[in-house]
Amino acid sequence: MKLDEFFVTGDPLIYGADVSIALTLIGAIFALTYFKKWKWLWTEWLTTVDHKKLGIMYIIAAVLMLFRGGVDAMLMRAQLTVPDAGFLDANHYNEIFTTHGTIMIIFMAMPFLIGLINVVVPLQIGARDVAYPFLNAVSFWTFFMGAMLFNISFVIGGSPSAGWTSYVPLAGLELSPSVGQNYYLLGLQIAGIGTLLTGINFLVTILKMRVPTMKLMHMPMFTWSSLITMVIIIFAFPVLTVALALMTFDRLFGSHFFTMMDGGMPMLWANLFWIWGHPEVYIVILPAFGMFSEIISTFARKTLFGYKAMVYSMVVIAGLSFLVWVHHFFTMGAGGAVNSFFSITTMLIAVPTGVKIFNWLFTLYKGRIRFTTPMLWSLAFIPNFVIGGVTGVMLAMAAADYQYHNTYFLVAHFHYVLISGTVYACFAGLHFWYPKMFNHRLNERLGKWTFWIFVAGFNLCFFPMYFLGLAGMPRRVYTYGAADGWMNLNVLATMGGVLMGIGFLILVYNIYYSFRYSPRETTGDPWDARTLEWSTPAPVPHYNFAHLPESKGHDAFWIMKQERKQGKTQEKKPYKPIHMPSYSGVPIVMSVFFFIAGFGMVFSWHWMSILGLIGVLATMVIRSFDYDKGFYVSVEEIEEDQKRTTL
Amino acid sequence: MKSFFALSMFLAVMVLSGCSNLTVLDPKGPVAEQQANLILFSIGFMLFIVLVVFVLFTLILVKYRERKSGPEYEPPHIEGNVFLEIVWTVIPVIILIVLAVPTVQTIFALEEAPEATSHKDPIVIHATSVDWKWVFSYPEENIETVNYIHIPEDHPILFKLASADSMGSFWIPSLGGQEYTMSGMMNELYLQADEVGEYRGRNANFTGEGFTEQVFTVTAESEDDYEEWVEEAQDAPKLTQEKYNELMLKGHTEEQTFSGTHLQWVDHGMDAEYATKVRNGESTDEDDSSEMDHSEMNHDDSEKDSEEHSH
Repeated sequence: MKLDEFFVTGDPLIYGADVSIALTLIGAIFALTYFKKWKWLWTEWLTTVDHKKLGIMYIIAAVLMLFRGGVDAMLMRAQLTVPDAGFLDANHYNEIFTTHGTIMIIFMAMPFLIGLINVVVPLQIGARDVAYPFLNAVSFWTFFMGAMLFNISFVIGGSPSAGWTSYVPLAGLELSPSVGQNYYLLGLQIAGIGTLLTGINFLVTILKMRVPTMKLMHMPMFTWSSLITMVIIIFAFPVLTVALALMTFDRLFGSHFFTMMDGGMPMLWANLFWIWGHPEVYIVILPAFGMFSEIISTFARKTLFGYKAMVYSMVVIAGLSFLVWVHHFFTMGAGGAVNSFFSITTMLIAVPTGVKIFNWLFTLYKGRIRFTTPMLWSLAFIPNFVIGGVTGVMLAMAAADYQYHNTYFLVAHFHYVLISGTVYACFAGLHFWYPKMFNHRLNERLGKWTFWIFVAGFNLCFFPMYFLGLAGMPRRVYTYGAADGWMNLNVLATMGGVLMGIGFLILVYNIYYSFRYSPRETTGDPWDARTLEWSTPAPVPHYNFAHLPESKGHDAFWIMKQERKQGKTQEKKPYKPIHMPSYSGVPIVMSVFFFIAGFGMVFSWHWMSILGLIGVLATMVIRSFDYDKGFYVSVEEIEEDQKRTTL
Repeated sequence: MKSFFALSMFLAVMVLSGCSNLTVLDPKGPVAEQQANLILFSIGFMLFIVLVVFVLFTLILVKYRERKSGPEYEPPHIEGNVFLEIVWTVIPVIILIVLAVPTVQTIFALEEAPEATSHKDPIVIHATSVDWKWVFSYPEENIETVNYIHIPEDHPILFKLASADSMGSFWIPSLGGQEYTMSGMMNELYLQADEVGEYRGRNANFTGEGFTEQVFTVTAESEDDYEEWVEEAQDAPKLTQEKYNELMLKGHTEEQTFSGTHLQWVDHGMDAEYATKVRNGESTDEDDSSEMDHSEMNHDDSEKDSEEHSH
């Protein structure tokens, strides 16, 4: 292979990216060396098994991916603003919408949520870490290496360009011979290992690691939503793993699962993809529902309305999520009975979701609503998500869907639910739990600027797209003609996109500004909140709780605070040494080997993939003979930490 | 405040979109009309739901916002209300039933030829997507066109949809909703134009580099004009297999007309491999070899194919 086939050449945008990647790397290496931080980076972060630090790393990676996916979106909007624009050619545009979709779902939305789950859930249930801390580090690093493998495709070898759904035959070897599609398959496969492990890890953590006094029906709603999400992950992700493996065999080893030739079944891919893909969208929306529940309850100063209904509705949504996948291809000609069945199951999802909307509204009812930044995001979610939801019901009506399918109507719908659901939740959760992670709050004034600009931009960007869809504009076209009459609405959409970009930049500035100027936390409970994570001191000690807290019901911390106000004091119990797991460098090394194996497979350099897989096996063996049983936190250290606690 | 914002957005967009025509809501045939009616029917309910939520939302936010002045107010502890929760479970269920009934009716109605013209035999047109063009065969009339069709008005058309390679979606928004074209399978779609005119058709499902330009035009005209066009087309040069194989290569092409159809050599609804073989330079022609291909082409598959055909 020649060097100019290996590196992507010929496009000034790509050269710009090359330069900026090189500069960033050099800058980071220089800074780490200059400030002598290499050892600190390795011992404190890269080898950590602490769920809080892993959570923070997840979130940092997700924000980087949000930037990457956002730049992709901006390029698309730039190209579509006016008819017959020549900014991007068809191939380049196809690559960009493919990476935009894949990155936003797999490498932005999921890790952002999993990051917040990592930080918050163990604290909410009074646990000192997750059930399998080592596994948690493996989860993060396989996700991270999968994401990196996918991302280097645009400078080395070329990006995938068959859409994030990668329908065959288009994504097969015959019609997509470049290595781009291999990056998709291997990147998602490696990251998928991490997601599946997270599913198992947090399922066990939530079921087995709660403080003994916390009954299932005491659990905070975010913990409930995470638990149900983990169950969906465990059932859905193996399907993706198998589907990706089969397509990898097709492309690399000449098998015929999904090919047109020799009796392959291209439609099988679409089915497998969406049997995973539809539950996947609930994987990214249920934790969002959980966060909104916590935040709305906190800032309305009221307990959640209809707690049990909230739990059951999520269980119903999780069950239904596996029964609706055919609605992604009503137009495949499966026949009236099949389409009717899947129309009705899809519509049914609106019922438990509607129940949740009204429960949130009635949590606000008779409350004392404080408009903090996290609350603003949670409130904006309600009307925006309702728009996304009702248009979802419209799409569920198969006979009408034949006209919406593959159009901007669909694009508008899923951005309305994914952005106003998942992205608003990520921002709300980030602002809400920021003081738990970094010991200071994000600046409220800047936070509100971000909020108003982003929300206005979002509606301006995506609301017109419903009408573009009804005007017959198909998704994934790289340009259109003046005669189509789609320009006005596209101009609006681009203006909205620019506003969203500005909102994001203000958020990034806010992170810097608050790091410099925000007052540090002293209490650990800056919002006067209700659940156990807020009972930990600021900063949270690495073992989380000196004494395991007691849960006397839903909103356990709120109950504690009420009791304390009534003058009940807790008797001082002596501290005992706390057993904690040791950090380990094995997860990151193992994941680097996964990366090497994946990179080798992308280019069919089998010596390299075998080398990588041997490395993976070797690290597993090393781990198996690791007799490190962890360490004990001494009573002195705990006493020293507790002096900082005002509670 | 948010709801005012959204409402004004809605109005602004409505006004702005006045200049761009909402094709889907401006049907030119009975299929598109059924779909437009269903869409408008559902929009009515959706606006009602949106209105209820927005009004409640606004009222609650205004009434229960924290006030700087005034006494410290401590919200009551309310765990839920069984009656209310039943109300907002049952009402959506009723709305969904009201929406589901016409949906299912329309789904089944669209499987059949339009009712008003059911006394007329539908004209059969095979529509085949090939990267990145559309090939149309009229088996009865024995003509073949590329990237355009003529149809008579007020006459049901039965499109038999297949693909020579990647999965496409056959869509004429003015006449009705889309359906996939797939290699080795055949879908059927009834459409009809009630008005004379030129309509745009296109591939709606992403097929790679040339997808955006994978379009065709539909000319709906009076029965007489249509007959005249058919006769003219029957005088067009004969479609040879060599010529047809050129169409199998990836790329765009201008509108073309031939007498004869490709169905004598290949039915893409049965044979998923034809275009790939042409591109790889493998043999596809010679009557006996193509028959051999068919018999060789997986016995277990032929069962499945006949099933596909039967629906």
